[in-house]
Order: sequence, then C-alpha cells, then structure tokens
Amino acid sequence: MARGRSLGALIPGRSRTRPPRPFLRFLARRFVALLFLGLGITLVAFLLTNLAPGDPAAANLGQRAIEDPAAVASFRERYGLDKSLPEQYGIYVWRLAHGDLGESQQARLPVTEELGTFIPATAELALLSILIAVVVGVGLGILAAIRQNRLTDHVLRVVSLTGVSMPTFWLALVALYIFFFRLNWLPGTGRLDPQFSEPEHRTGFFTIDALLQGEWATAGDAARHLVLPALVLALYNIGLLTRYTRAAVLEVVHNDYIRAARAKGISERRIVLRHVLRAALPSVLTVIGLAFANVMTGAVLVENIFAWPGIGQYAYRSATTLDLPAIMGVSLFVAVVYIVVNFAVDVLYGVIDPRIRVS
Amino acid sequence: MSVPGATPVRRFRLRRPRVAAAWRQPLAVIGLSLAAAWILVAIFAPLLAPSDPLEQNAAPLLPPGGDYLFGTDELGRDVLSRVLYGARISIPLALLLVGLALLVGATLGAVAGYFGGFVDSIVMRSADLVFAFPAIILAMVVTAVLGPSIRNAVLALVIVSWPSYARVVRGLVLSIGQTEYVTATRLLGASARRALVRDVLPNVAGPVLVLATLDLGNAILLLSALSFLGLGAQPPQPEWGAGVAEGIQYFQFWWIGTFPGLAIFSVVLAFNFLGDSLRDVLDPQSSWRAGSEEE
Repeated sequence: MARGRSLGALIPGRSRTRPPRPFLRFLARRFVALLFLGLGITLVAFLLTNLAPGDPAAANLGQRAIEDPAAVASFRERYGLDKSLPEQYGIYVWRLAHGDLGESQQARLPVTEELGTFIPATAELALLSILIAVVVGVGLGILAAIRQNRLTDHVLRVVSLTGVSMPTFWLALVALYIFFFRLNWLPGTGRLDPQFSEPEHRTGFFTIDALLQGEWATAGDAARHLVLPALVLALYNIGLLTRYTRAAVLEVVHNDYIRAARAKGISERRIVLRHVLRAALPSVLTVIGLAFANVMTGAVLVENIFAWPGIGQYAYRSATTLDLPAIMGVSLFVAVVYIVVNFAVDVLYGVIDPRIRVS
Repeated sequence: MSVPGATPVRRFRLRRPRVAAAWRQPLAVIGLSLAAAWILVAIFAPLLAPSDPLEQNAAPLLPPGGDYLFGTDELGRDVLSRVLYGARISIPLALLLVGLALLVGATLGAVAGYFGGFVDSIVMRSADLVFAFPAIILAMVVTAVLGPSIRNAVLALVIVSWPSYARVVRGLVLSIGQTEYVTATRLLGASARRALVRDVLPNVAGPVLVLATLDLGNAILLLSALSFLGLGAQPPQPEWGAGVAEGIQYFQFWWIGTFPGLAIFSVVLAFNFLGDSLRDVLDPQSSWRAGSEEE
C-alpha cells in the first residue's frame, strides 16, 4: 500500500488525494443516486394517486357499501386513508423498507404476492422479446453500416423507421388475425392451451419449468404461445437498435486502427466482430437499456390483447380501478427494474470503456 | 463602453440549413406529401367523408366494397368516414401536445442550463423522475386519476414528454453558453436574457425541431394507445386507437380495426420520415447520413 502511494506521488500529474478505486466510487455514487431516485418514485406515485379527485373507496367498494357510511369508514381505516397525507406516506415508506408493499384493494392480497405471480409471465415474454430485438437489430445495424449508402442501407433505413412507426396494439391485432384466426399456425391468447396444466412453478417461466419437469408437450405449447407476442413486442426495438447500432458502427469504422487492421490483411469479418463491434458496444448497450423501457410500454398493450397474465395487465387493471397500493407497487417495481437495468448498463459501460469510470 | 478602433466582434452563426438538400431525399418527399395529405384530410374531412362518422345509417358489419369502401362497423357506421374524421382528433391533438411539451420542456431546460445550480438540480431531478417511469405507465396512472378523457390523455402525455426537451435544450444551452461568441456578447455588455434569446436559442432551434418532428409520431402513437386502452377518447368519438380496440372486440370483422390502425401507422410513418430527413439536414451528427461525409 505504502509503496503504491509513494509511487503515485512520484508520477507527475497524479494527485495524492485521488481515491484508490475510482470505479468503486463511481459505482457507489451511482448507487446512492439510485436510492434517491427510488424514493422519489414512491413520492411521485403517492402524490399522484392522492392529490387527485378520484376516490379509491368509490372505485373499490360496491354500490351498497358506498351508501353505508360505516363500510366506507372501515375501508378508509383499513387502508389508512383516514390519516394525514404525510403520515400515510411515512407509514408507506416504513413498510416498504421492510419489504411490505401493502394490500391491493381489489383482490385483497398482499401486493408483493400479486407481483410475484404476474412478474414471471412478463419477464419470460420481455426477455425473449429483447433477445430477438438485440440479435436482429444489432445484426441489421451492422449490415446497414457495412453497406453504407448502398441499396441495403437505404432499405434498412426504411425498415427501421417502419418498426418505430408501427402501433404495437394494431400490429398485435393484425398478427393475431393472420397467424391465429386465418392460418391457424400459432395459438391465440394466453400462456398455454387449456388442455395443458401449468407446470410446477420454479422459475415461473413456463417453457423452462416444463422442460425441467420433462414435459415436452407443455414446453412446446408454452413456446408456441410466446412467438407472436414476443415478435410483436420486438419490432419497435428492432427499429431502434438498427438505427443506433448502425450509427455506433459508423462512428468507429473510419478510425485509423480499423484501417491498420485492414492493412494488415485481417479479414473483414474478423474486423467487424473483433474490433468494430467491441468499440460500438457501449452505445449499443445504452440503447438496450432504453429497449427495456419500451418493452414495458409495449407489454401493457400486448398483454392486454394476448390476455397475457403479466405485469402490464396488472398495471392496467390497477390504474383503471385506482387501486393505490397496487399502482404504487407496480410503478415502483417497473421503475426499479428500469434503473437497475440502467445501473447495469453503467457498470458494463465502465468495464468496456475504462475512460468512463473517471468522469 | 466601446473601445475606439476595435473591430466589432462578429457573432458566429451556424450556416443556414440547406432546405433544398431535403428535396434530394425521397424519404423527405414521401413523408412531407403523406403528412400534408393527412393534414388536408383533417381540414376537409366533412367534404371528403361520404357520410357522417356517428350516424348509424347502414347495415352493421358490412365488408369493404360497394357503397362502403372500408365497410361498416358493429353499429352500422361507415368506417371510411370514421377514419377520415379521426384525423381531426389525432393530428391537431398531437400538434398541441408536442407544442405544449416543447414549450414547457424548452423553457425549463433553457433556464436550468443557463442559471445552473439549484434551479438546474430541481429541474433535472424532476426530469430523471419522469424518465424512471415508462411513459405509458405514468400516463395511464395520470389519466386514470384525472378521469379518462382525451383532454386528460393529452395532459398526461405532456407531463410524460417535457423532460426530453428539457434535457436536449439544457445540454445545448450549456455547450453553446460556453462558446466564445456568447462570452463576447456578454463582455460587450449584453444582458443574460439578450444573450440567451439572441445568441443561444437560435442555435438550439435545429435539434429541437428534429426532436419535435420525431416526437409528433410518438405523440400520435401514445395518444392512440391510451384511447385504445379506453383512457383517452371516449365513444362515440371516431378516434383511431379506439377504433382498433373495437376491431379487437369484433375480431373476425377485420376491417373495423385494420383501417384505423393503418391510418395511425401511415401518419406516424410520415412524421418519422420527415423528422429523420430533417435530422440529415439540421443535425448532421446524429443523422442516418452521419459519417457519409468523412469518406
């Protein structure tokens, strides 16, 4: 340690006060920012649902119960709605710190439990969709960049713009009509056909759970149910990733070291995979972070149409019934996923491109 | 106080964007014509539509063809007329929405960037908060809370979309504010406001215009998505997103949902073609053509 410090002092331009581990400090700073952001999110969700004219009691109690003041009062007491706003918020954060998201007003179940049943369905769908989008989008982006200003490039520009212009909910309708209703190549809605029973929950991913139990037919059916919604969800991100990958590749492809690699006679394929893609990776990673947010937006619509029992449907149901604990739970979960993904992107960014760590 | 004999400091100006260059791009031409066509449809819908969009005067669920080019819906309304009238809802509201978001976002971003410090932190942390929610979730909660209506949907989407303008404008103001020509104006005695309005904002306009055009497409997508979910336009309004939702209910009658959806797609595509071409001309760094000149 001591040797390192004296060495540092000897090197000109390197101050002694510089922290020994800039990368860790960078991570710690990001992490603290993340915690504050999470707290801010609970506050936004809380204020939004409270300062509004809508009355949760009216939305969640039956007609008869609303006319009975005692029932309304007990509903308010049960969910702490009779306390002042800061008190309610304080209680909420306190419980949150203990992993308690409260009880949903609709189903009267703990929100964490409900989230637990809805999250895996969305996760299975969203991850597959992002995987498709990354493979296709990055591939097309590289292709467009290599064929810059040629026909392929122009066509891909139109493809990319078409992808981001397509209304997801309409695409879902058209895809269902053609591939399910007309051609009957793929199943329609839900995660499984009724003749299959749900595989025992381990991961919550039906395909993986069924495979683990050796139920091939169930796994196959679950996989076939995933195809349409995953592809529909992927299209927007394919468009997005094509554009950004292309731009990122073009940015590095004119560098001298690429020219040097070419001059050495390294094959074009190797140059693209080893040098260009590596340099373009940080920008592509950032877009993948963005893609997660898009998938959540798409999931609300796609799950609605495909009757997919996931977090998007849960969010929709809670928002339309003003189910306060459920809305906060789902917003919090989605926002946390989003910031965790971005945090992971930052970390990977630092690993790939050490220059980032210092700034 | 001017120094006698000193050469006047010439304000640096960005080269005038060559609008003519846009015409060499087919995408710009297609986008512009398509967008113009839709705007004309929105203006002249009453003259173009064969019948009233709300009138239930035909047999229900007639397939396309014959008297009803796009068929009729479950209530016997003419789908073509509903699609044409739909332009009067989506297009002006998208323009309004983007205009409001731009106004709010650009103002806050400019203020944050120019004054920095505490104001900057407040504005940018709020922007971060909005960014932490996926747009549709936040918009869904806001419309659900305010009550489902197209006006509240627009309001919710303004809340969701201002931060991207604030970020871009702030960044640009920060980078331009540090350039020498702004320092020079300030040294010559110009007020902060004058420097901001005369020297900084004109150079911010290009990228912001690109962002706004591309955002128009997104605005239409999100607005129709909210209506699709039943949180925006309410029946019997001939809104496109609501039309697709009807199409899902009457699934086997494909024309009910297909044509309104096609309308959304073509309008959004038009704005995206246009925005993308504008990016080539006004914002060369992030355009699809980036790097072309380097060869």
